[in-house]
Amino acid sequence: MSAKAHLTIDRIRCDGHGLCAELLPELVRLDDWGYPIIAPGPIPDHLVAHAQNAMTACPVLALALKRAEKPDDGRNPRHR
Amino acid sequence: MIRQRLLAGPDLSRGPEGLAWHVQRLGPPPVIGPALIDVVESSGLTGRGGAAFPVGTKWRSIARRHAGQPVVVVNGAEGEPQSLKDRVLMTARPHLVLDGALLAARALRASRIAVVIGESHRDALASMSAALAERPEPELRQARIVIAPPRYVAGESSATVRLVGSGIARPTTRPPSMHEAGVDGRPTLVQNVESLAHVALIARFGAGWFGAGTVLITVVGAASAPGVLEVEPGTSVREVFAAAGGGSRATRAILLGGYFGAWVGAGKAWDLPIDPVALRDRGLTLGCGVVGFLHDAGCGVCETARIMRYLASESSAQCGPCFFGLRALADATARIGERGSNPEDLARLHRWSQEVAGRGACRHPDGAVIFLRSALAVFAEEFANHPPHWRAESSQPRRIA
Repeated sequence: MSAKAHLTIDRIRCDGHGLCAELLPELVRLDDWGYPIIAPGPIPDHLVAHAQNAMTACPVLALALKRAEKPDDGRNPRHR
Repeated sequence: MIRQRLLAGPDLSRGPEGLAWHVQRLGPPPVIGPALIDVVESSGLTGRGGAAFPVGTKWRSIARRHAGQPVVVVNGAEGEPQSLKDRVLMTARPHLVLDGALLAARALRASRIAVVIGESHRDALASMSAALAERPEPELRQARIVIAPPRYVAGESSATVRLVGSGIARPTTRPPSMHEAGVDGRPTLVQNVESLAHVALIARFGAGWFGAGTVLITVVGAASAPGVLEVEPGTSVREVFAAAGGGSRATRAILLGGYFGAWVGAGKAWDLPIDPVALRDRGLTLGCGVVGFLHDAGCGVCETARIMRYLASESSAQCGPCFFGLRALADATARIGERGSNPEDLARLHRWSQEVAGRGACRHPDGAVIFLRSALAVFAEEFANHPPHWRAESSQPRRIA
């Protein structure tokens, strides 16, 4: 049951400061407008500490580590 | 084929059907509580707001929650500019929608009902308000009408919940899902008006009677008699075109599902069934039921540019990738339309439409890039060799073709 942690972003909070990409370039890159793109899949063990650093460094606290296999909130891509 | 169920009864030109006529024609709705969940589940009814999610499954997951009395949000925002079916239904058969809402509330033991209606749907607002006023006192107290601003995203389910709770029609970050914590933190059912109208009939006549049901669609574009039709789910796109009067010109592409849907080349589209579940299984969507016909003189690139510009302007500007990404995508599409094809913009369209997907709180950016990618595939030839002929005369959405 040791579910791996995933990096998630509250997209509404995120203002594109870009510290996460600075501190965790292995998992985060920035798009052409400066907003983070997260590598898919769980955080590898050796990067968990760095991910936690990135999480606490985010000026708007938009980053979170979720310990779920896959966040499932019942949404459907087409749901209006 | 055409089959009238929701729109059966007096001719639509005669306006809203009053309570007395409604009850005389269909009988009163049965008094049934949580047992209705089983009936709805076995009917196989799917949501008609665009997701085609099984209605019974959704109800059951809300009935399971214990975080206070649930709230029912009736979604008649109909923010999709091409769609008319929800407002036609609310205008003509308001009591069918209210019956469905009240039945849902009883099944889920919900105390409150909020009927969300788009501000610009004036006939629907008048009809639903008048219908509610005809209802007996307890029902009148239970339900209220909430006016949604005329924005595309206002009909997104979390945006309707936020609108009802706090007056702001913008999506929220999930989790928590609305099933867990929606309006005032209570479990909340958000259900499209058409879905609820079907419930009103299923409760009366049973899951077996429902069969495959019917679907309300809006035919737009190059058909002689565009408008709202009620059809059986197996009906083909070809039959829909014929039922909408056909057209004098050859059709080159069909927009299935409206602005959140996809372009399909005419050759492939004619035999597709107007069936939310069957289309979903083919990687397409019926969405909110818009079927648009583009005739052979229409330009796929320019139509796509117009629609992308509209979708970009309808971002609620909360999430960077959606706000900036859709604008950049719309600009690049418009540049190809205006100044002609260029490999840089084409490469950007392909890359950005992959990057933007899945990076908003709601699925507005996802819907927009699914639509764009379908255009890049169906109009690949035009995107690669587009002459500079389009002038961006306005940012207003236009009927396709």
